[in-house]
Amino acid sequence: MTATSTDMGSRRGQDSAPLAVDLVGIHKNFGPVRAVRGVDLKVASGEIVAILGPNGAGKTSTIDIILGLSQPSSGHVSVYGMQPRQAVNRGLVSAVMQTGGLLRDLTVYETLEYTASLFAHSQSPREALESAGIAQIADRRVGKCSGGEQQRLRFAMALLSDPELLVLDEPTSGMDVEGRRSFWAAIRKDAEQGRTVFFATHYLEEADAYADRIVLLRHGLIVADGTAAEIKAKAGGRTVRATLPGVTEAELADVPGADSVEVRGDTVLVQSSDSDATARYLLTRTSARDLEIAARGIEEAFLALTGDDEAANSAAGTGESE
Amino acid sequence: MSVTSPAVGPDISHRRAPALGGFNLTVLKLEIRRLTRNRRTVIIAIVLPVVFFLLFGLNKAYALDKDGHGNVSAFVMISLALYGAVIATTFAGAMVSMERAQGWSRQLRLTPLSPVAYIAIKILTALTLGACSVAAVNIAGLVTHKASMPVGLWIATGFSVWIGSLLFAAFGLFLGYLLPAENVLQLLGLILALLSFAGGLFIPVSQFAAGVRDIAKWTPLYGLNQLVHTPLLGNGVDWTWVVNVIAWLIIFTSGAVWLMRRDTARV
Repeated sequence: MTATSTDMGSRRGQDSAPLAVDLVGIHKNFGPVRAVRGVDLKVASGEIVAILGPNGAGKTSTIDIILGLSQPSSGHVSVYGMQPRQAVNRGLVSAVMQTGGLLRDLTVYETLEYTASLFAHSQSPREALESAGIAQIADRRVGKCSGGEQQRLRFAMALLSDPELLVLDEPTSGMDVEGRRSFWAAIRKDAEQGRTVFFATHYLEEADAYADRIVLLRHGLIVADGTAAEIKAKAGGRTVRATLPGVTEAELADVPGADSVEVRGDTVLVQSSDSDATARYLLTRTSARDLEIAARGIEEAFLALTGDDEAANSAAGTGESE
Repeated sequence: MSVTSPAVGPDISHRRAPALGGFNLTVLKLEIRRLTRNRRTVIIAIVLPVVFFLLFGLNKAYALDKDGHGNVSAFVMISLALYGAVIATTFAGAMVSMERAQGWSRQLRLTPLSPVAYIAIKILTALTLGACSVAAVNIAGLVTHKASMPVGLWIATGFSVWIGSLLFAAFGLFLGYLLPAENVLQLLGLILALLSFAGGLFIPVSQFAAGVRDIAKWTPLYGLNQLVHTPLLGNGVDWTWVVNVIAWLIIFTSGAVWLMRRDTARV
């Protein structure tokens, strides 16, 4: 019997490793509000994925669906090949929520003891305290803990069942810079052991620094999905700047990769979707010098991809609702 | 494409859901500890009924007067044991209000704990505190040597008071899902004081004015109060008391279940 089940486990692993998260055609409506409008998303085991978007983009709605806290209006969701609720019952998925979710009159240790006792298999509360770096406040009442300490406690609670997938919904909002840094250091250290991490954030630098992959959400739709570099590239590439006296814009019109060329006195600015080709051309075919290549910041990429004009959006929205 | 599919996925075949929907004794222990950690609850549910008994149950003017199979002191003791048990179970049930406000109910939905197991834990917690109230008043009755009734009746009465207080665990849960957390305890104190008066726990309903008496007989503590005094008084059970208890049990339980469903609905 044991041999059979191990066999099945490993076969599943090799032939069709179950996706940590598989969302297919997810829609979520709250009355007339269409919070999620057709999201398809696959997260493989071991990935660290950030879901990034402005407020109201549908991040929390998507996370609630993955956790089984809410049901999609239409579409299919599975977590490790099963219903979210089944995955939660088996301790496969756990979450660190933004606020709340703690009893003020329990101590830190008691909160972990309570949570651990609910799972079929769990780490000891002591281990979770150590992993989250809060062993020194084990006997403190939760109500007396700082915001950062409470967030560490939520993290420790989420680790108790040794989940394959850890979901974090804007876990560092309200933390100071140092708190945020050390929180992410703990998450990163934990993820090295192969845990899948899926987090929502509106801090661009967080997504850039801690995620292998960024999913950009706008008005309930995925508008970009890739590495931070890919997202930056998608949002309009790089700017190549060089000193090249006595040249006109017309002469540079067919520079490889150039989307637009601007001449300001002796300086040439080329917006390029292939900055390598542009730079190579300028350095080998012209007398350009002092060449610089600047990537658009993730912030500019984010704005370019999510911040298009309101009129177009509301027009699109009206069109769809008719 | 940035998806890095590992060759081998995690082995999840050993993952199991817990037995009994997550119900376990560790949680029960922690819930009882939380409840007794609230000093105000302990004073109102356990200390106050004992103080009331010492004040009103030992008065020389009437305490030793014969009443049914025992005396008036025993009658007052039963009333105040019921009063304490009702406060204890209602307060314990109403704690769900605080848990909802603090987001704990939502947090529990990220664990395997089933709603049925959660309610079972809440009811057992309420009954534990209720048992403490009943025991405290009865011990006060024993050690003061005034209350008198046959031992068998004493035990039967204490047990029926305790089981009867289950009705108010349901009441507490119902109110806990109905009322906002900020003022639930103050409101409960007031509601329970009114229900205790109307139910005849402090003054016999027979002494109320006729109109008030007719209304009092429909209130949720009246039937239970009459029933728990029946062994002592030996006066037989009036079927309207049983109807009163069962009707209110149905009302409180279905109200609590309905509100809990609404609260935990996956929207």
